[in-house]
Amino acid sequence: MKKLMMALSLLLLAAGPAAAQEPLVPLPQRDPCEVPGYLLVGDAMLDEVAKAVKDRRELKILVLGTGSSALGGAGKAYPSRLEEALKRRFPEITVNIVTEAKSRLKAADMVENIEKLLLDRKPDLVVWQTGTVDAMRGVDPDEFRHTLDEGIDAIHEAGADAVLMNMQYSPRTESMIQSGAYADTMRVVARDREIPLFDRLEIMRYWNDNGNFDLSTGTRDSAMAQKVHDCIGRALASLIIEASHLDHVKANPTQ
Amino acid sequence: MAPVVPSDRDLRLDLFRGIALWLIYLDHIPSNIVAWVTIRNYGFSDATEIFIFISGFTAAFVYGRAMRDYGFVVSSARILKRAWQIYVAHIFLFAIYLAQIAYVARSFQNPLYAEEMGVLDFLQQPDVTIFQALLLRFKPVNMDVLPLYIVLMCLFAPILWMLLRNATLALAASVALYAATWEFGWNLPAYPAGGWYFNPFAWQLLFVFGAWCALGGADRLKGLLRSRVTIGVAIAYLIFAFCITLTWHFPRLAPLVPKWLAEHIYPIDKTNLDVLRFAHFLALAAVTVHFIPRDWPALKSKWLRPAILCGQHSLEIFCLGVFLAFAAHFAKVEISGGVPMQVVVSILGILIMVAVAWLLAWYKRATERKGAARPKAPDADLAGGEA
Repeated sequence: MKKLMMALSLLLLAAGPAAAQEPLVPLPQRDPCEVPGYLLVGDAMLDEVAKAVKDRRELKILVLGTGSSALGGAGKAYPSRLEEALKRRFPEITVNIVTEAKSRLKAADMVENIEKLLLDRKPDLVVWQTGTVDAMRGVDPDEFRHTLDEGIDAIHEAGADAVLMNMQYSPRTESMIQSGAYADTMRVVARDREIPLFDRLEIMRYWNDNGNFDLSTGTRDSAMAQKVHDCIGRALASLIIEASHLDHVKANPTQ
Repeated sequence: MAPVVPSDRDLRLDLFRGIALWLIYLDHIPSNIVAWVTIRNYGFSDATEIFIFISGFTAAFVYGRAMRDYGFVVSSARILKRAWQIYVAHIFLFAIYLAQIAYVARSFQNPLYAEEMGVLDFLQQPDVTIFQALLLRFKPVNMDVLPLYIVLMCLFAPILWMLLRNATLALAASVALYAATWEFGWNLPAYPAGGWYFNPFAWQLLFVFGAWCALGGADRLKGLLRSRVTIGVAIAYLIFAFCITLTWHFPRLAPLVPKWLAEHIYPIDKTNLDVLRFAHFLALAAVTVHFIPRDWPALKSKWLRPAILCGQHSLEIFCLGVFLAFAAHFAKVEISGGVPMQVVVSILGILIMVAVAWLLAWYKRATERKGAARPKAPDADLAGGEA
């Protein structure tokens, strides 16, 4: 059966026009983290971030998320990779990132004590990673949408910018978790509220389809997970810089 | 006055239900490039609308005649028997789903997906899960259509009775229920949270509308469907929907949708059969009926035979499609997820569906020929084609 499949695939590879999309030879020294521009560019602005960086020379970020915002071992998950990427880009600026990530939290669970968190941390930017648990539990999409709106309201009232981050692309569980509707809801809400969406789902799908990472590999080792988180952190940094129009802030004033 | 129940089967129904089954299969394979051909990428509605509408139509066609000939009690029993068959099919699919999930739980590990693997948690309390599945409250991905179909069939006897007495009133009641569902947010509860993915209180509209069309409604609409204005409006709406969907695929185009329009149309609610979806289906149906007449010669051609065969054995082929989609996903993660594999599993799956439909048709013909000597059992499921 396997042989038959392979023979058929080869046949199609030879005949099908779709085959042309797959590079036969990997390009030399390709950055595994590369993300096509259209996935990171948007119209939404991060004004509070721009203000904090330009006026106060500091940036406080709160990452509010679930299990996929954490990874065993300090400094390995994307929030700390984001911090490092931002510090590298703006050495003169104090970057401070706090992560509040607990697994199995639905968006509604996170909104429950979001106000207290915002009061305690006083962030300039909240990266709100959500959707996975809601999709797994099959929360009512309408309710999910209202919860997102509520959370964004709270973040804006606290004087912070918001970035929404959707679920990871997970080929193994794709036929068990109906992510699509929830990802769509997040896209719609992000557009309505004019806030940037970090489309982790599409970005990771791009990495998988493009051969940067094989995300259906089963392994106990966390080496690949760390690399993926590193890439997410860097891509997220690009999105934040892009959306706050900080591209022109001098990278290193001493140079 | 009771409406006339037509006597010969409209092959267009089988054709489009067969095609809908193929499209549902393609859409059920996650991250499948071939799914680009399916209609959900070009408008608001998708193959589910076609499937439910035609199922309502054929149910009225088959059981309407039964209700006329054998009375309310006997035909109700037959309708419930059909609902039971669908229920059994659903539980069978659930068993396959469990097997697949249990396999993934045992064989796959990756620290990156620690959270996603939580979807398998329900395996730790199989008593609750299986019980909830038997109550149709547990809703595994891609298995939402049959529960909807079961509920619709369970309630179909009184609906049909009403349709046969006063079709307009029955349709009006259906519209009222749909409107009330939107007003009051009714839905059946699901486990562990939320409601049904296809809200039966909303989706019944399509099923009842299909039944209404079968019982003379289609004839009443004939004049409307012949009018150039109707077709013009339908085509304009299809183009509008196409343009809107285009902005989903090319996010750069999204800003071209004016904000007031976006506020009006989004979200397009699939669970509650958004009016935009229903209208899109109506437009699609109007255009289809306008350009493809009932006696279209191609319906007899061998090229459309595969789709018609699949449509004539819709329950079996639907279940097979769900199973094949699981298998295709399995092949994708185990062997290769690339484009060639996606094309192979898509084509192979449809070929298997056609082969099984052909086998079922052959068996039906063979048993009918043998049974011809004996008096024919008045079984609507076998005699009038499948509902």
